[in-house]
Amino acid sequence: MARAFEAVVVGVSTGGVHALQKLLGQLPAAFPLPILIVQHISADADGGLAKLLDDRCPLRVKEADEQDEILPGTAYLAPPNYHLLVEREGFLSLSADPYVSFARPSVDVLFESAAAVFGPALIGIVLTGANFDGSQGLKTIKQKGGTAIVQDPADAEAPQMPQAAMAATGVDYVVALDGIATLLQKLAARRSTIPHDEKGRDD
Amino acid sequence: MKTDDVEDVEIRLLLEGVQRIYGYDFRDYADASIKRRLNHWLAESGFDTFSQAQSQLLRSRSVFESLLRGITVNVTEMFRDPAFFHALREQVVPFLKTYPFVKIWHAGCATGEEAYSMAILLNEEGMAGRYRMYATDINEAVLQKAGEGVMPIAEMQRFTRNYQKSGGRASFADYYTARYDRAILSPALKKHIVFAPHNLATDGEFGEMNLVLCRNVMIYFKPALKERCLRLFDSSLLPGGFLCLGLKETLERRKMGERYEELAPPLRIYRKRYG
Repeated sequence: MARAFEAVVVGVSTGGVHALQKLLGQLPAAFPLPILIVQHISADADGGLAKLLDDRCPLRVKEADEQDEILPGTAYLAPPNYHLLVEREGFLSLSADPYVSFARPSVDVLFESAAAVFGPALIGIVLTGANFDGSQGLKTIKQKGGTAIVQDPADAEAPQMPQAAMAATGVDYVVALDGIATLLQKLAARRSTIPHDEKGRDD
Repeated sequence: MKTDDVEDVEIRLLLEGVQRIYGYDFRDYADASIKRRLNHWLAESGFDTFSQAQSQLLRSRSVFESLLRGITVNVTEMFRDPAFFHALREQVVPFLKTYPFVKIWHAGCATGEEAYSMAILLNEEGMAGRYRMYATDINEAVLQKAGEGVMPIAEMQRFTRNYQKSGGRASFADYYTARYDRAILSPALKKHIVFAPHNLATDGEFGEMNLVLCRNVMIYFKPALKERCLRLFDSSLLPGGFLCLGLKETLERRKMGERYEELAPPLRIYRKRYG
């Protein structure tokens, strides 16, 4: 049987550097799912965050390049000033289209494009942030049958983004940052109950 | 539910119809971005579904024109990525100056922000009258806008900051006249620019170019169309000519990459080798 989940998407803003270090730092190098991340970041940032996380986490962390193949055990960070999207063929693409939810990269853009490709096999996570980007995206993930995790607003450095996500859609798990890695490993180990050739489609 | 699948089928049919009736081929555009743009167009068009839009789209040129505008507009800014324009000024222009006359192809120029940035830079470096820039785009509506050289005044603060960071030698305000909410670029900047329609999916090369600039255009294409563009640029460029790509576009892992050296590594400025 195939895995129930094929990918994880993460949206994070204010407080993100700390939150990502903690979350990614607790996952093993052999974590079986790819992780796609939008961290709101200044347009002139230079890729230093990916390097910092790569140095400090067992997982491989890189800034996403266009046409990167989506591989397990790897976390891809959206580059500054570009939206990050998922293509059906299993690779990443970038766009310089206008800001969405006042952001580029935008969490909503990543979540919506990933939901279209992975459907119920997607886990979406909204972490700390002082805006509402990601709430529409998480709603789309739920509509396509995916699983939604939100950082407990009481535990978040900035509670607005988790709160906005919870207001926009029902979520499956509300957890403190510390508990998310364990939860992800549990979900990643889950086996699919539908035949392999049906995966990615809505029932 | 399968709503997503239906929409994917609709989009495929729509793009095929557009290709057959109007000759514009968007089937090699990367799915995720074009889907976003199509949905954006649909939301503004008044049609409920792509199937509903299709009937009008295939019969009415004006509906098609609105779709074309909606899905081919690339946004950019003057001196986007100041470090790139800085490197262009410091590391590329000295080579260009050794020629009596240079030809430049700016592919996918959209509303002209980067073409005008390049003109400012070349004029400041003393190359006025010694270059011609062919600035092309698939979208004739944006080309017309580009030719007008009028920008929203609200953008000027950001453009000025970019210009200063890129090593600009003058005062950016010298290059435009403010009128109400618009900034009218100095007509002198247009003098050596030729705005012309060109479709990277179907049209041919521009001969004997010293520099080809195509930034953040190919990111919207599928691999086969990207490959076509790169071949087009390669055959347009003279040996010793320069190819400028977007910051996240690279010749790495590409066969033609062997014929190029990267001049300013993170900034995606490549130089075609001699022989």
